[in-house]
Amino acid sequence: MLGNLINGISLGSIYAIIALGYTMVYGIAKMLNFAHGDVIMVGAYIAFYSISYFGMPALPALLLSIAVCTMLGIIIEKLAYKPLRNATSLAVLITAIGVSYFLQNAALLLWTSNTKVFPNIFANIGAIKIGSVQIAPVTLVTVFANIVIMLVLTLFTSKTKMGKAMRAVSEDKGAATLMGINVDRTISLTFAIGSGLAAIAGVLLCTAYPTLMPTTGAMPGIKAFTAAVFGGIGSIPGAMLGGILLGVIEIFAKAYISTQLSDAIVFAVLIIVLIVKPSGLLGRKINEKV
Amino acid sequence: MKKLDKNAKTAFLNYGLVAVFFVAVEIMMATGVMTNSFKGQLIPIISYVIMALALNLVVGISGELSLGHAGFMSVGAFTGVIVASSLQDSIGASPLRLLIAILAGALTAAIAGIVIGIPVLRLGGDYLAIVTLAFGEIIKNVMNCMYVGVDSKGLHMSLMDANSLGMEPTGRMILNGPMGATGIKKISGFIAGIILLLIVLVIIQNLVGSRTGRAIKAIRDNRIAAEASGLNVTKYRLIAFVTSAAIAGSAGVLYALNYSTVAPKKFDFNTSILVLVFVVLGGIGNMTGAMIAAAVLTVLPEMLRQFQDYRMLVYAIVLIVVMIATNNEKVKALFAKKEKGEAKANG
Repeated sequence: MLGNLINGISLGSIYAIIALGYTMVYGIAKMLNFAHGDVIMVGAYIAFYSISYFGMPALPALLLSIAVCTMLGIIIEKLAYKPLRNATSLAVLITAIGVSYFLQNAALLLWTSNTKVFPNIFANIGAIKIGSVQIAPVTLVTVFANIVIMLVLTLFTSKTKMGKAMRAVSEDKGAATLMGINVDRTISLTFAIGSGLAAIAGVLLCTAYPTLMPTTGAMPGIKAFTAAVFGGIGSIPGAMLGGILLGVIEIFAKAYISTQLSDAIVFAVLIIVLIVKPSGLLGRKINEKV
Repeated sequence: MKKLDKNAKTAFLNYGLVAVFFVAVEIMMATGVMTNSFKGQLIPIISYVIMALALNLVVGISGELSLGHAGFMSVGAFTGVIVASSLQDSIGASPLRLLIAILAGALTAAIAGIVIGIPVLRLGGDYLAIVTLAFGEIIKNVMNCMYVGVDSKGLHMSLMDANSLGMEPTGRMILNGPMGATGIKKISGFIAGIILLLIVLVIIQNLVGSRTGRAIKAIRDNRIAAEASGLNVTKYRLIAFVTSAAIAGSAGVLYALNYSTVAPKKFDFNTSILVLVFVVLGGIGNMTGAMIAAAVLTVLPEMLRQFQDYRMLVYAIVLIVVMIATNNEKVKALFAKKEKGEAKANG
């Protein structure tokens, strides 16, 4: 029971980190960035090759992976999304899907479809025992990373000038422009942060579940996205709460109901939450103006 | 009066398009130009064209984003397979069996549409998209665990495994969990597909042109104004959604009965997205465009075969470039002259 709860929180923390990327991009650009899951996959591959082929230690490999994904996020935004700034949200959605296909197929060509086994970067640290429950080091690191990331992001968006600019742009682009905020740069920054987080999530995900394929990011991407909606899209604490709840529900469904039907149960809970509270758990309800 | 003429014109254009496609394929068959790979794609092309029409009814006419239409296709497909397979011995004529299977598939997909639609259509915008996405995943997941068999006592169903069905040794498995339906008798045909496509076109065009269709479009353009004018918003949205689900179900039956095996993972999120791509590239709300886009994009990966490994990469780039180009101000200005009236009508 306790073991399952810990596993759930660990998986949920990974979802939460991915969901933060979705929620920030949605909040500011009002777009569903379907390519986010594939950025996770790219991040994981970069870390995999740096560790397994170039013998880099885990931390520099992670930093390299974050740097590459941040660049990738900025490039994707500049090339694919920026020309569509004034287009309908559906057009942007399809473009994001195109980017997702592109990343997956580029990965397929570069790194082939063979499953890679991700190295255990915490191999020399033993599991920690609390009573009868063993906690893997990756679990502790994931939960800790999640809390740190959330605190830093909350402080960033509430205290710094760039963070305040981000919130202003997500409230009202036109008014933000009039206040002298560089909207394009702010959106780029959001994509950079989201993609950097994706790299961290990718490394943590593949450390916990060490199979790596070009499609690795797709399903966690979809789930993290539903987690973001679950918690109330656009809200940073919401993404964290939604992610952790989703992870816990998934692990409990697997343990107590059915392994095969666990995804169905997760999504069914999501549907019920959205029907009862359409704006998500921590989302703000926006009244329509006539 | 002018509006009516325009509707009739598009309708004839669509029927004409289907007729041209039909004649072209028949000529190619007769003269032997038809390659085997293209021949094998005829039914999938028609199925995806019907799917694109169905989704366009929701996305274009009703203005809701659905990311789970493959779920309805899946429900229809597997219902159709079960029905066709269990009637195999009692009804000999395959066209009749196909007809019953299509009707059954459309009916169950419509029921799924009602079950999902009633609670969900109260939500709007992106939330509807998420819920339909979740629905599609649930269907895929449940179908992945579904075991159905038939013996002399009738149908057996289980969500556990094949052994728990408790079938007689002479029984036949129809659905086999993640393996999906196996040993399907292929009873879909090109002509049956064309007939189904024409029926779907008649249904959609009559719905769109009718009083109900105008109400649906009014709700799309301004929900609050439509509500204030006394339209029952949920009812009209539901009509569009359930009709679309039923049509998607029938497309699923046509698709599944063209193969000897169909796995549940065929109808996943990627398939939903693929159909959405047809609709968006064809022009949202534009039935003719959706049909052409569906047909071209289904054949395109085959035509890109010369690029071999690069073909999906090329497909992705084509998709991005087309989206950016069609949303470019200059390109838009070029088309705006031609379609001024239509752009206004579509809001």
